[in-house]
Amino acid sequence: MIKVEGIHKSFGKVRAVRGVSFHAPDGKITGLLGPNGAGKSTTLRVLYTVLKPDAGSALIDGIDVVSEALSARRRIGALPHGSGLYPHLTARENIAYFAHLCGLERSEVNDRVDEIIRLLEIEDFAERRTKGFSQGQRTKVSLARALVHDPQNVLLDEPSNGLDVMATRSLRRLILKLKDSGRCVLFSSHVMQEVAALCDNVCIIANGQVAIDDSIDGIRKRTGCDDLEDAFVRAIRMVGDE
Amino acid sequence: MRTIFIVFVKEILDNLRDRRTLGTALIMGPVFGPVLFAFVINLSLERSLEDAERTLELPVVGRELAPNLVSYLKSKNIDAVAGPEDRAAAISAVKTGEHDVVLLIPDIFGQQLADSVPATIELVSDQADTDADRIARRTYRALRSYNRELAALRLYARGVNPTVLRPLNIDEVDVSTPSGRSAMLLGMMSYFFIFATLMGGMYLAIDATAGERERGSLEPLLSLPVTRDQLILGKIGATCVFMALSLALSLLSFHIALKFMPLEQLGMTPNFGPGVVLAAFLLFAPFILLGAAVMTLVASFTKSYREAQTWLSVVLIAPTMPILIVSLLTLRPKTEFMFVPSLSQHLLLVDMVKNEPVNGLHVTISVVSTLFFGALLTWICARLYRREGLLG
Repeated sequence: MIKVEGIHKSFGKVRAVRGVSFHAPDGKITGLLGPNGAGKSTTLRVLYTVLKPDAGSALIDGIDVVSEALSARRRIGALPHGSGLYPHLTARENIAYFAHLCGLERSEVNDRVDEIIRLLEIEDFAERRTKGFSQGQRTKVSLARALVHDPQNVLLDEPSNGLDVMATRSLRRLILKLKDSGRCVLFSSHVMQEVAALCDNVCIIANGQVAIDDSIDGIRKRTGCDDLEDAFVRAIRMVGDE
Repeated sequence: MRTIFIVFVKEILDNLRDRRTLGTALIMGPVFGPVLFAFVINLSLERSLEDAERTLELPVVGRELAPNLVSYLKSKNIDAVAGPEDRAAAISAVKTGEHDVVLLIPDIFGQQLADSVPATIELVSDQADTDADRIARRTYRALRSYNRELAALRLYARGVNPTVLRPLNIDEVDVSTPSGRSAMLLGMMSYFFIFATLMGGMYLAIDATAGERERGSLEPLLSLPVTRDQLILGKIGATCVFMALSLALSLLSFHIALKFMPLEQLGMTPNFGPGVVLAAFLLFAPFILLGAAVMTLVASFTKSYREAQTWLSVVLIAPTMPILIVSLLTLRPKTEFMFVPSLSQHLLLVDMVKNEPVNGLHVTISVVSTLFFGALLTWICARLYRREGLLG
């Protein structure tokens, strides 16, 4: 469960995030939707604790991401935008490294890594060094790495970027699987269709502010647009016009 | 502690598989030093042997005018050969570099000699050319001793003891030991060791910040439930291991290479046996931590791998500065110098190689101060690793 309240974050003069608030409950998929540069990544970075907010607060399962960053990190699995792997390590070693760092016991690391490799269907290339992996393969390994410690909250920053149809579909299946097992899934995207196909709740962000935070149907109603793309564009205008 | 160890082991494994890191740590540093050193030694060896042993062919203008002088030069291993036609030709031949040195004997030479007035001869050379200068000086020495011999003969002919011309008898007593002389050349060894040490860890130091960032693996790493201190300490630890490896290999390669260098012919007997190798390793070991911390620190300010490489090549030169200054001013080791990392190691190593007693206080100051600076910079690195700007 993730609760964000009034987060602000500036980089010098650039006010990337200006008072973003939303709620992402367990057992649901929440989408952060917005055009490029809207502040999605910054918001997620605050949530997985690599950035500190200038103001506002964020709670992961009730744990503050600023004052108790380490405890908060234990409860999240994050896939940052453009995640990279260690090219000289095999896919399995990449995943196991993170498993060890997450504090898994030596004895359980192997079983857990096997399990996640099966879950993400990466058996075929698990023993290969990741140098030269395709974007799809890299994303899968990064995802496996993020999920290896079985976190309650999963944060994905534009996970489907650069993936082909097959890889996107298997990613979607995985996200739904996480939802069914009661996890809180929060992912960002700038593709309306993708969000519409998966999310229970969508938080549309533009100019560092929340334009609309509602279910898909709720967004249709409030914008008065049946077509989701039109609704998206209108919602963004609502912030832009201020 | 366990987390630091996990990071440490991963970095070691990762870099053992990286040909570039391995190449610089295990080949570049250890091989570069001895090869360059052997080159310099052989060059100076060739020159010094050349002087005494090789017959010098000296072009002489007016050779037929001074048969006695020519045969005297012959006894000094200098062969007078036919030179240019006249004085003008001789000067231009030296100017153009056709000849290094030409001896001019004027037509009136025989007459002047017979009249017992100073007989002029000219030695033409380009003194800006070090090669020519050596030949000119060798010729000059031969001419001077011919001059003394003639003078002595004339005095005898007049019934005077030639020793009246030697009111002083100057004897030079050289106290430099053979090892001492070698120390000048071997002094540059210490820089090779520092260079090899730094090279060994350079890529790891870059990888800890700029590398991780560029690859996109930094953010996922920082979102894990570990502190950044643990990450940076593990990384610096792994960097130190590679640096130690590189240092050890370069010490060993020098130990072996020196056996094949004909240093005795140069009057050098460097003391670089197994004992000194081990002592040198322990002496340079504190510098490893300092080097690792400095490189990590510098790399953490850079935006990319390439930029980090550029800046770190500056870091490779920095430790030479104190060594260079002290060498140029030929300062004797002083206690104050022992507080300066790289300089203290250099001075102490020179002492060891010269087979001179090593001051225990100096060693202690060197080790403690270098470790102190190393720890301080590691702490600063850890502080900087915590800042948000790390993500770039």
